[in-house]
Amino acid sequence: MRRLEATGLEKAFVLHLQGGVRIPVLDGVDCALEAGRCTVLAGPSGAGKSTLMRALYGSYRVDGGAIRVWHRGAWVDIAGGDPRLVLEVRRETLGYVSQFLRVVPRVSALQIVAEAADGDQERAEALLLRLNIPRRLHGLPPATFSGGEQQRVNLARGFIGGHPVLLLDEPTASLDAENRDVVIGLIAEAKARGAALAGIFHDGAVREAVADSVLTIAPIREAA
Amino acid sequence: MSEQAMLTASGLGLQFGPVTALDDVGVELWPGEVLAIVGESGSGKTTLLNVLAGRVKPDTGRIEYRDPAGGAHDLLAMGAPALRALHRSDWGFVQQNPRDALRMRVSAGGNVGERLMAAGARHYGSIREIAADWLAQVEIDPARMDDLPATFSGGMLQRLQIARTLVTHPRLVFMDEPTGGLDVSVQARLLDLIRTLVARLGIAVVLVTHDIAVARLLAGRMVVMQRGRVVETGLTDQVLEDPQHPYTQLLVSSVLQA
Repeated sequence: MRRLEATGLEKAFVLHLQGGVRIPVLDGVDCALEAGRCTVLAGPSGAGKSTLMRALYGSYRVDGGAIRVWHRGAWVDIAGGDPRLVLEVRRETLGYVSQFLRVVPRVSALQIVAEAADGDQERAEALLLRLNIPRRLHGLPPATFSGGEQQRVNLARGFIGGHPVLLLDEPTASLDAENRDVVIGLIAEAKARGAALAGIFHDGAVREAVADSVLTIAPIREAA
Repeated sequence: MSEQAMLTASGLGLQFGPVTALDDVGVELWPGEVLAIVGESGSGKTTLLNVLAGRVKPDTGRIEYRDPAGGAHDLLAMGAPALRALHRSDWGFVQQNPRDALRMRVSAGGNVGERLMAAGARHYGSIREIAADWLAQVEIDPARMDDLPATFSGGMLQRLQIARTLVTHPRLVFMDEPTGGLDVSVQARLLDLIRTLVARLGIAVVLVTHDIAVARLLAGRMVVMQRGRVVETGLTDQVLEDPQHPYTQLLVSSVLQA
């Protein structure tokens, strides 16, 4: 079953502070995500993988195309940009795990994760432990954590919501082998519960372990 | 998605002599959302806040407020008594300088209780109890209830103003640079407090700030103003990660990375 369908996505960045130079990144990209499957985005660095991911999530506005998401039993187009619709879709249907945790002063790791699970502290605690965040850190704000620890808090927050569609932007970038395997397990479980996933993984072993299909993003050739 | 906007402003214009403070500004606010108005000083953001709150009359335009029962009110046609009643019950206003909002010769508890009484509460014992509860909620020791605000630090004063504003459970609160002028460590505590209370009480907030980090932390949507005009509007992450307008790009690229 299809969960997300993007067609004809176009995106260019106009840099007004650099004399208005226009950098086209996506030019007619199509992408479909199916329930229970993980699509891996491939392509050279700078091809636009992260841009596509952020466009699908609505953080980047697209210049053309449609992004349809299966939400509350119907297809809705979030490329139109009604902010309240985008927020509702993000709350209930479309999750996103970025590379970095944006920390909020004074909010503990446990609270950050529980907030994404309607306040369920028990599940939040269990998931943090599974991602090897020791209990003594749960009550602390992650500002002082290492990069890898912050990333694992971020992963816990991203996975705990159980979104039907999940976008993963290099979720294993700063993890050791043991934690990488935990993430591979979380992805497998998400697929088993019927989630549709898309991910960028720089790590070949992770790609091998989770990919059901590969979408290659080709860089746009500069017009002569 | 069927819900209606709570505050709808369109075509707002305001001229201060030769200076255009607002130029064809339109804003919508939905129940329970936090909307940040950002821009540099002189961009018109505080003027817009004051106009939306009915404190300053625009030269042109329309502002409609929808009450909880769904009744629509033309804010600009509303008389002063009706507007005052609205500010006492449904609405709240948090000023940048708490000394402008608090009564410095009245005790901390009195400052909170006073607003409750203005909204109709009469029973002294329960007013005192509610005031103590609100002081605790903004992390002021209720034992300081009978102290004068003059003995409080800047951060405490701002928290006291927030308690005084929220005690009547308003559904819409206007905030003008609530963390301006505070030390960074004090700011963090206040921001976390605002974030938590607003989410728990489901309050809609119009927040004016020049600090993009504050907007990112608190707001779901943003409006960017320059020279009295709205130059960009959208989800906070959209505006900050993919700014479209030259001024917004400048604003975002000027933020120092901590």
